[in-house]
Amino acid sequence: MSKYMVNLKINNMPVSVEEGTTILEAARQLNFKIPTLCNHPDLTVAGNCRVCVVEVKGARQLSAACATPVSEGMEVFTNSEQVRTSRKHIIELLLSEHNSDCTKCQKNGSCELQSLAFEYRVGDHVLMSLLKPEDLIPDISSPSIVKDNSKCIHCQRCVRTCAELQGVSALGVAFKGNHQSISTFLNKPLNEVVCTNCGQCINRCPTGALTERNNIEDVWNALYDPNKFVVVQTAPAVRIALGEELGLEPGHRVTGKMVASLRKIGFNKVLDTDFSADLTIMEEGFELLNRLRKVLVEKDETVKLPMMTSCSPGWIKFIEHIFPNLNDHLSTCKSPQQMFGAVAKTYYADKVNVKAQDMVVVSIMPCTAKKFECDRPEMRSSGFKDVDYVLTTRELGLMIRQAGIDFASLEPEGYDSILGESTGAAVIFGATGGVMEAALRTAYEVVTGREVPFTNLDIKPVRGMEGVKEASIKIKNVKPEFAHLEGVELNVAVAHGLANARKVMESVQNGTSNYHFIEIMACPGGCLGGGGQPIPTSKEIRDKRAEAIYEEDLNMPIRKSHENPDVVAIYEEFLGEPNGHKSHDLLHTHYKVRNRY
Amino acid sequence: MTMETKKLKKVDIIFENIPGLSYSILEKTIKRNPDDIILDLIDSGLKGRGGAGFPTGLKWKFTKNEDNPVKYVICNADEGEPGTFKDREIIERVPDKILTGIAICGYVIGAKEGYIYLRGEYNFLLKNLVKRVEEFNAFLKKIHLDFKVMIRSGSGAYVCGEESALFESMEGYRGEPRNKPPYPTVAGYNWKPTVINNVETLVFATMICHMGPEKFKKLGTTDSRGSKVFSVSGDTPIPGIYELELGMPLHRFVEEFGDGDTKAVQIGGASGFCVTRKKFNDTIIGFEGIPTGGSMMIFNSSRSMYNILHDYLEFFCEESCGQCTPCRIGCQQLLKGIEAVKRGERPPSYLEELKKLTATMKIASKCGLGQSVGNPFNSIVDNFREEIIY
Repeated sequence: MSKYMVNLKINNMPVSVEEGTTILEAARQLNFKIPTLCNHPDLTVAGNCRVCVVEVKGARQLSAACATPVSEGMEVFTNSEQVRTSRKHIIELLLSEHNSDCTKCQKNGSCELQSLAFEYRVGDHVLMSLLKPEDLIPDISSPSIVKDNSKCIHCQRCVRTCAELQGVSALGVAFKGNHQSISTFLNKPLNEVVCTNCGQCINRCPTGALTERNNIEDVWNALYDPNKFVVVQTAPAVRIALGEELGLEPGHRVTGKMVASLRKIGFNKVLDTDFSADLTIMEEGFELLNRLRKVLVEKDETVKLPMMTSCSPGWIKFIEHIFPNLNDHLSTCKSPQQMFGAVAKTYYADKVNVKAQDMVVVSIMPCTAKKFECDRPEMRSSGFKDVDYVLTTRELGLMIRQAGIDFASLEPEGYDSILGESTGAAVIFGATGGVMEAALRTAYEVVTGREVPFTNLDIKPVRGMEGVKEASIKIKNVKPEFAHLEGVELNVAVAHGLANARKVMESVQNGTSNYHFIEIMACPGGCLGGGGQPIPTSKEIRDKRAEAIYEEDLNMPIRKSHENPDVVAIYEEFLGEPNGHKSHDLLHTHYKVRNRY
Repeated sequence: MTMETKKLKKVDIIFENIPGLSYSILEKTIKRNPDDIILDLIDSGLKGRGGAGFPTGLKWKFTKNEDNPVKYVICNADEGEPGTFKDREIIERVPDKILTGIAICGYVIGAKEGYIYLRGEYNFLLKNLVKRVEEFNAFLKKIHLDFKVMIRSGSGAYVCGEESALFESMEGYRGEPRNKPPYPTVAGYNWKPTVINNVETLVFATMICHMGPEKFKKLGTTDSRGSKVFSVSGDTPIPGIYELELGMPLHRFVEEFGDGDTKAVQIGGASGFCVTRKKFNDTIIGFEGIPTGGSMMIFNSSRSMYNILHDYLEFFCEESCGQCTPCRIGCQQLLKGIEAVKRGERPPSYLEELKKLTATMKIASKCGLGQSVGNPFNSIVDNFREEIIY
C-alpha cells in the first residue's frame, strides 16, 4: 500500500514525509535532533518522559514529538522559548529524583540523562531533592543485574523491553503517583523472580538504574595473585563488538587486537570459546543424531523431539520458569562457556601442568546471564567452579581503558594453543541461526559423508533477523550406519528474543509444529545483541555486527567444527567419542523447574 | 462586551422522574433519523458535563462518521473529582435516563455495546444498577434494538476518569492515559471508535431528545447552554445537589449557598480554580467564565488556604498515574516546595519558581491531570500569598 506524503514545516523549514511519520522522525530528516529518553528504536512508543515536547502551532499544549504523527500543514517548533523552558524543567525534575553520584556510576559517560543535563547545563540544585532513602540501597541479589532505583527515571524502557522483546515481564510498573516504581512481582529481589538475566533491560536503560554486576575487581585480584594461573576465554560475539566500546564504529572485527590487549592485561593464556563452541557442535550434533535414532528406530518414548539448543543461559532460565514441562527437550549439552571451563580445569590443566585449584578461568562474554550460569551448582564438573568470573564485553572495554592500553594502535595477535583454535562454524555462534548452521554443517556431513548442499557452506535460510526462521533439509544418500535417516526431511526452526521463543514453545506444546531441532537465543539477533554488549543497540547496529560475524566466518581457513584440530585432538587424547562417558561427566548437564513469577 | 447577568435559577430537568418516561423517549427517538438527532444536539449547544466541555453533538457526529463495524458508547461514571458527588445521585435516582442516553447514542453512532464505568467507591450502587440494567436490556430486546449495556467497576484511581486511562483500565491494563491523537472518536475502548460521555451529559442528551433543543437552549448563555447539576459542599448551611441554570455570576451563588462569611469558592474541584471574595462579582460560572464538572466548595474565613492547597497537592501526588515526568515529579515538587517556603527553608520568591513549573506542567504533561494542577496552585498562591508564606 502506497502512503500519502504529508507536507509540514519544522522550524520554518518545509519537509515532506510519509503519512504516519512522527514529528521526531520528520525532524531527523531535517537534521534537527530532538532529545529523547523514553523513546527507543526497538520498542513501542511510550511518550512518558516528555523531554521531546515540541510546539505545534495552534495547539494549546506541547506535543511529544515521539508520539505525535505529522499532519498536513503542521508547523512545528523544536527550539522555541516555551519548548526549551519546558525541556529544561523536565530535565531538572528528573534530576531532582535522581541519585546523581555520577563519578562512581557505571554509566558515567554513557548516561543519557547525564548528557542531556550537560547539554542544557541543568543541575539538581534548584528543586527539592525527592530521593527516597529506601531507593538508595540497590538490589544486588542477582549475579547478573544490579537494579538501582535511585537512578531510575521511570521511562519504562526496561518494562517494555522485558514485555515486548522478551515476553517475560519480570519488570513491571507498580503503584502510582509518588509511589510509582519499576518493580518485580511483589517487589521481590531480582534473583527470586522470573528474570532470565538476559540483560536486555540494561542495554536499553538510559541511566545507571540497570547495570551488570561488575566483576572487574575480582579479575584484577586474580591477576595480582602470584599463585594463580589465569586463563581467559573469549566468546564469538565479543570480537565483533568490543571495538564499539573503544571508539570504533559498529561492525569492526577486532579479534587480534582483543587478544593482544588481554595478553597485555596479564592473562597467562588467552584462549577461545570458539574451541568449545566446536566441541558443543560435536556433542550436540551427535546427541541430535542419537535422539533421531531413538525416536525413529527404537521408538523410545522417553526421548523427546524436537531437541532444543542449550547455549543461551537466559533461554535456559526462561524455559525452566515458563515451560518446565519441556525441559526434556533441551539438549543436555552445557553451553560453550561451561564446556570450556570443565575442559580447562581437567584436560587443559594437565597439559599445562597446573593444579585445577590454582587455575582461574575468566570468560569474556556478550552476555549477563553467563554470570548466573557460571554460578549454577551444576557447573562444577572439575570439582571446582569451572568458570570463575564472567566479564561482559562492556567490562572488558573498561578494563582495557583502566589498563591504559591504546587499543587502536595495537598489533593483532593470535590465540594461545591449545584451546585457542577456532573455526568459522564456531564464530557464527554469535549470530542468531549460527548454532543451527554450524550443527547442520557437521551433522549433514557425518550422516552423508558430503558437505551440506549450500553454496560456500552458507545456510542462508537460517540467517537474518526474522524473529522465527524455519528451514528443511532433505537427507539423501546416507552412510550405511544412518540408513534410518534416508529420505528424512529434517525440519529446523530458529528463534531469537524470548518473545519469539515463547511463540515457538507454544507451537511445540500444542503439537502444531513438526520440528526436529530448534535453536533459541535469548537475545534479539543472538549473542551479538547480548545483554553484555556495547550500548546503544538498534537493529542497524545488530545488522552490522552480524555482517562482521559472517565475514569472519568466510575468512576462516576451517569452517566446520569437526575439523577443528583442537577438537579432534581432545577426542583422541581425552574424551574418546562424542556423548561418551567422559563427555557426560564433563560436558553435559540437567535442568530444574522454577517458579512461574 | 457586556456580560449577561443571570439570576440564580433552580431547574429540574435531570431529576424529573416520571415512571416509564425514559423508555418512551427511547422508543420515540430510535424512530428518528440519527443525523437529525445529532443536529438537535448540536443545535442545543450541549457541552460535556464532566468538565472539559466538548460539544456533545460533535462528539457523536465524529464517531458516527468513523467507518468501523465495531463502536462503543461508554458512560463515564468514575466521578472522582474531589467535591463532586452529583453523578452518584443521578445514578441512584434516575438510572433509566442514563441508560436511555447510552442506548440513543448507540443507535446514533452505530454501536452495539454500551458500558457504564462505575467508580470503585460506588460499588454500593451496583446492586440497584445491575437490576435496572437487566430490565433495560430486556426492554431493548423487546423493541428489537440490537444494543446491550454492561457495567465495569473501577478500582479507585482518580486518573481512570481520564478517558484514555479509563479505556486502559477497562481493557485490563494499568489505568494510564494514552498519547493523543488518536482521540476516542477514532480509537477509544479496544482502539475502536468510542463515544465517552459523563453521566449527566447522557441524561441531558435523553432530555433534549424528549423536550427538543429549543427548550434547553432557552436556559443558560450563548457559550453555556442549559443547566447543570452542582455538588455544593464546604462552609454552607445547605450542602447538597442542585440543578442550576448555567451562566450565573458567582456572587449570586454565594448569596444563596454561603454562610455569610465566604472567603473563597473552589470551582471545579481540586483541579479547578479558587476564586476569592473580591472576584465574586465578575466571575461567571460557565464555559465563558470558570467551567466546572459540578464541584463548588465554599470556604469561610476559618479555613487555612495553605492547608487546602496542601491537601489538594497531596491528593495529586498520590493520584498522578506516575508515568509522565512533569506530573509525577512536578506534583511532588509543588508540595515539597510550599512546605519548604512555609518552614522558611526556601525564600518566598521560590513560589515564583514553582509557578513557572506549573506552566511547564500545564503544557507538557501527558493528560489533563498534570495539566490542571497549576489551576488550584496558581489561583490559591496568587490570591492568598500571605497564608501560604506565613
